Amino acid sequence: MDHLDKLENQSIFILREAYKKFDKLACLWSMGKDSTVLLWLARKAFFGRVPFPAVHIDTTFKFPEMYEYREKYAKEWELNLIVGVNQDAIDRGINYQNNDPITVCHELKTVGLQQAIGKDKWNGLIVGIRRDEDGTRAKEKFFSPRNIDFEWDYKDQPPELWNQFQTDFDKNAHVRIHPLLEWAEIDVWRYVERENIPVVSLYFAKNGKRYRTLGCQPITKPIDSNADTIEKIIEELKNTKISERVGREQDHSQRYAMQKLRAKGYM
Amino acid sequence: MSQQVLEKKIEASDDALRIVFVGHVDHGKSTLVGRILHETDSILPSKLKYVEEICRDRGMRFEYAFLLDALEEEQDQGVTIDVSQVIFKTKKRTYRVIDAPGHKEFLKNMISGASSAEVAILLIDAEEGMREQTKRHATILSLLGVRNIFVIINKMDLVGYKKQVFDQIKSDYSKHLASLKITPKAYIPISAYVGDNITSKTSQMPWYEGKTLLESLDNLERHKPSEERPLRFPLQDVYKFDKQRIFAGRIEDGAVSVGDEILFLPSQKTGIVKSIEKWHAPAQTKAAAGESIGITLEDQIFVERGEIACHAKTKPIVASSFVANIFWMGNTHLMKGAKCLLKLTTQDVECVIDSVVKVINSSTLEEVSETAREVAKNEVAEIVIQTKRPVVFDLFEQVAETGRFVLVHEGHVRGGGIILKKA
Repeated sequence: MDHLDKLENQSIFILREAYKKFDKLACLWSMGKDSTVLLWLARKAFFGRVPFPAVHIDTTFKFPEMYEYREKYAKEWELNLIVGVNQDAIDRGINYQNNDPITVCHELKTVGLQQAIGKDKWNGLIVGIRRDEDGTRAKEKFFSPRNIDFEWDYKDQPPELWNQFQTDFDKNAHVRIHPLLEWAEIDVWRYVERENIPVVSLYFAKNGKRYRTLGCQPITKPIDSNADTIEKIIEELKNTKISERVGREQDHSQRYAMQKLRAKGYM
Repeated sequence: MSQQVLEKKIEASDDALRIVFVGHVDHGKSTLVGRILHETDSILPSKLKYVEEICRDRGMRFEYAFLLDALEEEQDQGVTIDVSQVIFKTKKRTYRVIDAPGHKEFLKNMISGASSAEVAILLIDAEEGMREQTKRHATILSLLGVRNIFVIINKMDLVGYKKQVFDQIKSDYSKHLASLKITPKAYIPISAYVGDNITSKTSQMPWYEGKTLLESLDNLERHKPSEERPLRFPLQDVYKFDKQRIFAGRIEDGAVSVGDEILFLPSQKTGIVKSIEKWHAPAQTKAAAGESIGITLEDQIFVERGEIACHAKTKPIVASSFVANIFWMGNTHLMKGAKCLLKLTTQDVECVIDSVVKVINSSTLEEVSETAREVAKNEVAEIVIQTKRPVVFDLFEQVAETGRFVLVHEGHVRGGGIILKKA
């Protein structure tokens, strides 16, 4: 059993635990490589099906390529796609021209998610975050509770011993489930390569630039790169000294930005 | 630093060896881990710059610990609150580092982090010597079944690199570990702050003839799972998406092949394996420990989550009571008669604490008192558990995966334990 097999087996185990333990389960899908791998792993776990909704919290500021991709694969993979938009915030004029990235992320993603949860009452939410992305994500658990106000109490997290996860929580709370927590960025790409999983074309270099992560168009910047194939991306990542989320403005606009966003319920 | 030992790049977590750093709160764990990350060139320049800026703004020297302690509060208080996991790589292999908090208040976080480790680094401050936490951590590591332990005597620079200091701590701690039946792989004197004996040997301690910390880790032989072991396949769920009934789960030990007759316990139902199911994967007729699979059976039988499939010749135990060593993480005391939910593999069974045989102070390893029958937070005890219905288990020393459990009390995971014998 190689390294990718181990990661895959662990993620499948976690997804099956989540499916068994949560009656109102959903998976967040941003169309990025991580949450797409997550849906792929769900198909692995449930023999070709995704037996819960794939939820896109749409800020309406994504790249056109991402929307095209969403429609194509939602259909091809027979996903129960739910799109959540914080229309109230959009109507109030919340956008990247008027507001700082932290405010926009909070309003359009965190509050957008709160609204979606309020409507569909999910108690388990599968999210594709990884520990290597950011210092606060490094402190996450596989099953991580959020209270009614979406707050993350990182000081008092349930212990996770021997693959035993706490799955019973206060009715008003929801639990974030993180099957990809132990994957590294390069693992995701190796898995995309091995499994031949389609990804958004923006990841591949065009004219010396490519997107290493995908977010909202106004605050996501491409990196210098000539990697126009998965093989080249893997080679690039082996040698890089630049952090993955360098192109994501919301992470860097303030010190401890991710901690502040995440404590309030950001993914 | 020695470039022969270390490779430059950060790569994937290829079959990473999971290593936990534990020790008293001020004994320098995060500093050591930060130093290792730095010396193995596993820190991105942007992160380094970020920490440099924080330290400059606060008017302090470069703090390696901040590479790990990402939360603002952790940096303010100089205390690791929750477990961090980071990756570093040597030429030999990749390591996944679990930096576990040392503070008593966060003991459950330490336990959570240490429970998945293959190797533990126990850190002791040379100036302060053994502390209560240092002893307690060793006890918990032994209960968690972590057997590969290195004892690192840190801050040797602060005691003039004196051999006597090292020898004294080594001698004291050996006795404590011996009573836990732990023989450490090595005792290594280091200075995480200066960088002595981490990746390269220091000239400051010529009396130390052993290997550096990273050489010692690289020399460690890993435990390999064996297919010869008894099959333990706990059922996680049964899916019936179409006509097929698929029994899903992860093999915890041993292996299963198409054509095998398997026995489900506790129901005692049997079936013959018709196929091993995976989606988008090459067909296979055999699956082994660690694999998340589905199986189909020749004849339809009704079994549910919580049953454990095995081969009839190598059966686990089915019983309603057993004796176990537990550690308790709850704020309220665990008492005789307390009701808990026992979680053992995929079994969830209501249970009652039938008796508390003895309560052990996890730092002195002495019985708290002969009459003590309540287990306080952070204490260790031998107890007898009575379950409402029969559970399937093994003794921990025979099959670890089915010989350990957690206790859920009032909705929270508050205890963990290993099974010693049938009651």
